[in-house]
Amino acid sequence: MCDFTGQLAGAGATRVLAAFGAQVIRVEDRLRQGQWDIFRGNGPWMDDRRGINLGGTFNNHNIEKLGVTLDMRKPKAKAILEELISVSDAVTENFSKGVLDRWGLSYEEMVKIKPDIIYVSNCGFGHVGPYSEYKTWGPIVQAVSGLTFQSGLPDMPPAGWGYSYMNHTGGYLMAIALLMALYHRHRTGVGQWIDMSCTDGAAALNGPAILDYTVNGNPARRPGNPNSNRSIYPKMAPHGIYRCEGDDNWVGISVRNDDDWAALCEVIGADGMASDSKLATVDGRIEHHDAIDERIEAWTSVRSPMQAMEALQARGVPAGAVQRPVDRIDNDPNTKEWGLFPTVEHQAMGKVRVDGMPIKLSETPARIKKGGPTLGQHNQEVFAEVLGIEQATVDALTEEGVF
Amino acid sequence: MQRHFEQGILDGVRVLEVGGEIGAWCGKLMGDVGADVIKVEPPTGDPTRAYEPFYENEPGPDRSLFFWHYNTSKRSVTLDLEQDGGREVFMRLAAQADVVVDSHPPGYMDSIGLGYEAISKETPGLVMASITPFGQSGPYSDYASTDLTALALGGPVWSCGYDDHSIPPVRGGGNQAYHIVCHFAIMGVLTALIHRQFTGIGQYIDANMHAAANVTTEGASINWLVAEDTVQRQTGRHASVVPTADGQALCRDGRYVNVGIGARTEEQWIHLLSWLQEEGLIEDLGEFLDYPSREAMRRGDREAREQQRRVAEVMRELARRTDADVLFKRAQALGFQWGIVNSPEDVLEDPHFQARGFPVEVEHPDLGKSFVYAGAPYQFPESPWAISRRPPLLGEHNREVYVDELGMSTEELQNF
Repeated sequence: MCDFTGQLAGAGATRVLAAFGAQVIRVEDRLRQGQWDIFRGNGPWMDDRRGINLGGTFNNHNIEKLGVTLDMRKPKAKAILEELISVSDAVTENFSKGVLDRWGLSYEEMVKIKPDIIYVSNCGFGHVGPYSEYKTWGPIVQAVSGLTFQSGLPDMPPAGWGYSYMNHTGGYLMAIALLMALYHRHRTGVGQWIDMSCTDGAAALNGPAILDYTVNGNPARRPGNPNSNRSIYPKMAPHGIYRCEGDDNWVGISVRNDDDWAALCEVIGADGMASDSKLATVDGRIEHHDAIDERIEAWTSVRSPMQAMEALQARGVPAGAVQRPVDRIDNDPNTKEWGLFPTVEHQAMGKVRVDGMPIKLSETPARIKKGGPTLGQHNQEVFAEVLGIEQATVDALTEEGVF
Repeated sequence: MQRHFEQGILDGVRVLEVGGEIGAWCGKLMGDVGADVIKVEPPTGDPTRAYEPFYENEPGPDRSLFFWHYNTSKRSVTLDLEQDGGREVFMRLAAQADVVVDSHPPGYMDSIGLGYEAISKETPGLVMASITPFGQSGPYSDYASTDLTALALGGPVWSCGYDDHSIPPVRGGGNQAYHIVCHFAIMGVLTALIHRQFTGIGQYIDANMHAAANVTTEGASINWLVAEDTVQRQTGRHASVVPTADGQALCRDGRYVNVGIGARTEEQWIHLLSWLQEEGLIEDLGEFLDYPSREAMRRGDREAREQQRRVAEVMRELARRTDADVLFKRAQALGFQWGIVNSPEDVLEDPHFQARGFPVEVEHPDLGKSFVYAGAPYQFPESPWAISRRPPLLGEHNREVYVDELGMSTEELQNF
């Protein structure tokens, strides 16, 4: 894969393919030290060292990839890039619209170099439509798509997502599209161009709310809505995030049905509520949700999130502590048994932990051992060995600043 | 060279989908690009057929809009896996399938003799993905789970909410835990299908929703993994180790615009100044009229932070005087990464989404109507994404699948 992706929305896609064994060759601009990707040379840092090769986020997003540098301002670089494309299965990028066109490498041009090439271009608003020139990052994609609106409490500003959820998800969708195209190409021998818009991908995640509007005329923009700690699709009650003992400690609880309700009442010792016929149905519980919440919180607020979770789970009621990063990464037994956060070896950083893979494939397990490439780390390997350029030429092009 | 495909990109792939609600998005993603997805439902119907909202607000097995959205382009058969006869039929279906997507609780399919080993014995190319809240084994594997509890325990909730931490943190809306794990499950399935193209060998995929949420928290994980720092939630913007300026502005019409990133070049800054001049807001910037130095911002100097705060305040005042749509478009025309906070229905009215063909009309012949659904998450101009059929009625394809395709007699069909 000839990979120009960066940030998370792009690099997160080729990360998955790299973990499953694809040879992903990340092409960066030496002159800008690869800083088109804002994570190149940005924190968090693992120690006092700073520098272009030491950023923790860049490493996380680029595990198992090879890294080369190429200065596309130099005419000779284009020929090298064409050679790289000619031996690649796919070209991937998440530049703003039009960058590859300016290099003279539109999809039509790429097809001349490699007839069955797959080209995935991922940009915030896609390549067609009135916003296609607009600039985005995760929070903008989330805002414009409806995801931000759907996350919050009534009569409050949108809470939105406290991170670029759509950079993760845009990357996942990009990887899915790419894998589909690879499968299709192996079957038919024909490649294609994929127009990825993160904002479309995000809007597609609001399906039931969209249908509630288009079919029934119920808009999401209505009094009391959203309240995303409650559940309307499907209807569940009580359903919420409840205060626990200590500072900023919380537990999420969902009562899916009448059995869960009976069990919850027993666990929290709410005999009166259990026998209250007004609360026997989900609609009744929704009507009295605030009163129920108070009663639940009287019980949770003198317990730790884990105590509350375990007591409810022992009776089959869905409950989940709101875990801090330290809880879910270092102290969570499921995480530990899965081996979710592997340690990679990075050329400059040394040993460092990264996000792992939440799927286990029995025949072709993911491999996450190598850290992200330092700037130009694999120039020699890729230009001399993969492309077979003579050593003297590699040296000369390095000298000229093409690599 | 042929460069146009009438059919979807996964045309020819047959998928069986069984189990609960978690896996339906995975099946839909494959069905909408041409795979033949057969939803194998218990005779009483998939539980999500009872999920709100309902067509005309009236419950009924074929009226759940939740079910509608997640089951487009699929066929439905009913089958009782609790009976020997049902299990035999499932084995026959599996023998003709490429993929089984299962979201029963861990161990269930094994316990009824339909685990991967059993169903792939005669068809070694079969790919099976099991999608569960905590994976197939482990200390939490029997725990009950919903989208909310998954996002709480898995980490996303910690990062979402408001500056005021006396208010509970917030679950991002829309059942995203199910989406996250399905995105990983389908990446696994597609990887396995590609592997099979080279080797002929299928495989088993264990997809873990808790783990999937846990690796979908961006900076929260990385700050802990790399530096043992803990991010704190903030209103409408990234949770952060060091607090950042408010990034959402309430506009004249009551809508919000995300104004997180302002001028990134001196040229943009000058455009912004002239806009503020027009609005009579230039004085509000006080002494901060020079383009903010990116270096100083990066270093987080006190003066740079003060300027950032002041600029953010002036932006909020600008917003108060402007309608959200106007603010969004003018800011973007200047090159600012700003975004209007749309509701799901606003998206359908938005000219950009319309120009991209995002709202798609799906015919429901049985109701004599068509309805607008959410459209394509990605576009393959040459092998198009398409909702090939409306969500199936319960057991709608029993005859088609059992009689026409498996060759059963009409009498046998009576048993279903």
